[in-house]
Amino acid sequence: MNRYQIMFKRLSLLKEGCIIPFVVLGDPSLEISIKIIEALIENGADALEVGIPFSDPLADGPTIQKANLRALSKKNTFFEYFQILKKIREKNEKIPIGVLIYANLVYNQGIDNFYLQCFDSGLDSVLIADVPIEESKVFYKTANKHQINSIFMCPPDADKNFLHKISSYAQGFIYVLSRAGVTGIENKTFSLPTSFIKKIKKYNSIPLLQGFGISNPKQVKEAMLSGLSGIICGSAIIHIIEKYLNQEDEMIKKIKRFINSLKLSSKLK
Amino acid sequence: MYVPQILMPALFELEKNFVSAQEDTDFQKKFHDLLKNYAGRPTPLTLCRNLTKGTKTRIYLKREDLLHGGAHKTNQVLGQAMLAIRMKKKEIIAETGAGQHGVAAAIACALLNLKCRIYMGVKDVKRQSTNVFRMQLMGAKVISVKNGSGTLKDACNEALRDWSSTYKTSHYMIGTAAGPHPYPTIVREFQKMIGEETKKQILEQENKLPNSIIACIGGGSNAIGIFSDFIYDKVNLIGVEPAGHGIHTGKHGAPLKHGRTGIYFGMKSHLMQNQEGQIQESWSISAGLDFPSVGPEHAWLNSTHRAQYVSITDQEAINAFQSLCREEGIIPALESSHALAYALKIMKMHPQKKQILIVNLSGRGDKDIFTVHDVLKKGKKNESISDNV
Repeated sequence: MNRYQIMFKRLSLLKEGCIIPFVVLGDPSLEISIKIIEALIENGADALEVGIPFSDPLADGPTIQKANLRALSKKNTFFEYFQILKKIREKNEKIPIGVLIYANLVYNQGIDNFYLQCFDSGLDSVLIADVPIEESKVFYKTANKHQINSIFMCPPDADKNFLHKISSYAQGFIYVLSRAGVTGIENKTFSLPTSFIKKIKKYNSIPLLQGFGISNPKQVKEAMLSGLSGIICGSAIIHIIEKYLNQEDEMIKKIKRFINSLKLSSKLK
Repeated sequence: MYVPQILMPALFELEKNFVSAQEDTDFQKKFHDLLKNYAGRPTPLTLCRNLTKGTKTRIYLKREDLLHGGAHKTNQVLGQAMLAIRMKKKEIIAETGAGQHGVAAAIACALLNLKCRIYMGVKDVKRQSTNVFRMQLMGAKVISVKNGSGTLKDACNEALRDWSSTYKTSHYMIGTAAGPHPYPTIVREFQKMIGEETKKQILEQENKLPNSIIACIGGGSNAIGIFSDFIYDKVNLIGVEPAGHGIHTGKHGAPLKHGRTGIYFGMKSHLMQNQEGQIQESWSISAGLDFPSVGPEHAWLNSTHRAQYVSITDQEAINAFQSLCREEGIIPALESSHALAYALKIMKMHPQKKQILIVNLSGRGDKDIFTVHDVLKKGKKNESISDNV
């Protein structure tokens, strides 16, 4: 069993939902980013989704875009990012760690070389935000060669054909989108219709996590009650980073409190 | 199609409707009727009377500047607006750099009763204020994009973001032969009449094909439009990228010759990027050429050496702009001035060679007169300073 499978099995026994925070590596600096990731792991994150900074993150809204630009302004290298990921892995053997990246960065490294680096750094999965399933073949094959899970997104209006397709590709978990559009905080509760979740489950047996617009414990509870295995939350955490850019202690304190509140609300018992 | 998964159904829908529209005689008839009776096609092929004096070169200008709207952009927006209606979309999202595509989109939307919002980098809003006003006059909403470099690249990102949440009711009217499939094909097919007309006109006027066809390259729509009917002929196809302040300064917009293959804006093509794969900001005095990538068909024509790609600096483009104004009484767009500058270079290189050059004069330069005015004023100031020294 891989790390995702072990984690989901454990959570299922405990009757808990899976909470995956998303942060951009190097935002606002590599040093603080490491502290943020440690705080997330220690306070309820079941797995991590780490963004590799990109200049033109078009699947992301303004909050995450700004985080990418803050990180890029520090001029860290790709090599440094992977050194940090390796260190996080060495310190935390069990937690599944995935990266979210844009296609040009993968292509620029050389697809094979990129996935080899992922393997060497102890990563579990890769989600390429601008590679839809239809274009994923070469990335997918190379990822498999290096034992890296490929994560795919499932739109809220996916038809049978797509659900059938994703069932033969999806690994780790399926990232179910709450809504159309780009990432960002929403005040509304996006409950995916139970009928839609049932439909995805009919074709897929791996866990379903809801992402996009998740920003409070109530939404986590809703997601759990609608039959999902958990959530991914990014913009809300990055919003805290942005708000407390010059108050590191306060930033870490708020992030701890926030992730803890999401985790608590994921417990069904 | 390198886009977020959420956009794939929208691209498939577009592809399906485009293919069926190409085979639909009613659609084609209506499109060609609009081109002829609304936009003003065919545009003339004008022989330059004075520019070539003392040489054996004959330079012709394909006058897309005379098309309604002032640039070749009008051709394809009419096609895309008709596609939007075919798909029952009521809103158009567009992006623009120089404002020419924005103006064309606003024209098509006003004519065909579509709601229109146009993303434009904050820098471009400032340098193309007259075009912003024209768009607004025709009922379009212009949204100023402050993210990133505040130019066309950021406007493109923002438009794609908008489309990913509104694709059920909106059509993204991409302005050039770039972006995810099927856009490069759609734009080429809706621009290819430029080449078809040119071929017919040059055969009528000269009874033979030209030696070279020269067009400027931002995303590459006017170039692919005029090239497409000559690809299998013995004619040199020359694309001119903006060298900006000079290739060596890094402040340019020449990804084909000075970038490398990458993935951006939904396509795999040549890109200006740093060693790490981050997209770099481009530069050109001409907002319409200020884009860090280029349409994928040009990348193919470059790799197969079927077309030759060169670059022209801001200064060379301004010199050509002034020459055409003075010698022929035509104010060209700064974009087209790049193509003209290269034609003049060829002419000066071989003044006694009998040759026919066709420059795609992709747009008129009214929008650029203030930019040119500022540059010339600055130049004069520097001149008088050095005179005093």
